[in-house]
Amino acid sequence: RRIMATVSVCKYYPGGFSFDNCKRNALLEADISKLGFSSPAARKTGTTICGVVYKDGVVLGADTRATEGMIVADKNCSKIHYISPNIYCCGAGTAADTEMTTQIISSNLELHSLSTGRLPRVATANRMLKQMLFRYQGYIGAALVLGGVDCNGPHLYSIYPHGSTDKLPYVTMGSGSLAAMAVFEDRYRPNMEEEEAKRLVRDAIAAGIFNDLGSGSNIDLCVITKGKVDYLRPHDVANKKGVRTGSYRYKHGTTGVLTKTVTPLNLEVVEESVQTMDTS
Amino acid sequence: MDYAAVDYFFIYFSVFITSQAFCLNILWNTRGLRSQLKDSVPVTGLCPQAGPYGVQDSLRRGFSSVKNELLPSHPLELSEKNFQLNQDKMNFNTLRNIQGLHAPLKLQMEYRAARQIQRLPFLPSSNLALDTLRGTDDTIGFEDILNDPVLSEVMGDPHIMTEYKLGVL
Repeated sequence: RRIMATVSVCKYYPGGFSFDNCKRNALLEADISKLGFSSPAARKTGTTICGVVYKDGVVLGADTRATEGMIVADKNCSKIHYISPNIYCCGAGTAADTEMTTQIISSNLELHSLSTGRLPRVATANRMLKQMLFRYQGYIGAALVLGGVDCNGPHLYSIYPHGSTDKLPYVTMGSGSLAAMAVFEDRYRPNMEEEEAKRLVRDAIAAGIFNDLGSGSNIDLCVITKGKVDYLRPHDVANKKGVRTGSYRYKHGTTGVLTKTVTPLNLEVVEESVQTMDTS
Repeated sequence: MDYAAVDYFFIYFSVFITSQAFCLNILWNTRGLRSQLKDSVPVTGLCPQAGPYGVQDSLRRGFSSVKNELLPSHPLELSEKNFQLNQDKMNFNTLRNIQGLHAPLKLQMEYRAARQIQRLPFLPSSNLALDTLRGTDDTIGFEDILNDPVLSEVMGDPHIMTEYKLGVL
């Protein structure tokens, strides 16, 4: 019958993630490692991110290096993502995952705040993020530090890839989190002033940058207070690229000229036509 | 979709009759993701491994073997396929506990009515009424960004699909 030759009835697939290639990828992975190669690694942000609650608000800090295996993929990437005018989120882990997750939550929060008519709360963003990350059981590798100021004051949350969250006055995440946490544990005190809080975060990120291979380059800060956000990028260029002290260029006249002949090429204009580009 | 509603009704009527309603509902409510994966693996959902042309789709689903047909290709595959269903079940359950049996029954009736508002069989529908009922008309998820069926590259043959829908195939 003619059905055999044509496409059979297409079921309606609702969209979202497609797991079609998983088996093929698993087979390829096994075969490639037998041959000695390795499949391309996802770009991670091997990172130091941290946040601290001070007297009037929240200070978030992040380094700016993105790695792909052992290579630095981006020397100056931006890890502090916008969620809403009063809420920002730093992301560690797989770069694409943090990027897409924060963008989706930002859109959802915008729609939600339009529907409620109020400024969104940090707890709402926290709950949306944790429910999404739990749904995907940790396969979305996004470790986030969420901070903002809403009608109830300043709030700071840390969110792990499997969906657990902590609400704390100071948090660090990423591969350089231990170095940054050491600085926090030493010098944190409640109700700091803004300058002191900024210096503390800057020092914590610097500790991560200098002591962890996965973090590097500059330090970005984001200071959120009620009604004002200061996105300082870069706040501190901790690793300046070196300036070359010598030059390998040869001076004019280094090579002696023996003979010189000039042959002019006589080209005639045969045809000249104008074709207008279709810019409609 | 239909068998899920029947499933729901069956559970609730049997529960009502045996009058152990309270205990069983608590059990249902506290089942986590993992237990749902274990007991309700719809084996029929993964086989046959036919693709759009009616034969084994090796590129997407791998070689045909018994193991291939029983196990999902990714641990999340089953949970994602059934996600909306499971969310609805949980919500109806809670609603039943709070407001009584009439509330989920009425809502289920509305869902069934909204689900029937579709375009021609081969065209994707926006499901606006269904989305509004579910409350997902003002949320964005991965199902709106990735593999949007509106932008899909393949389409069913209009004649075959209408014939199938009308039952004259």
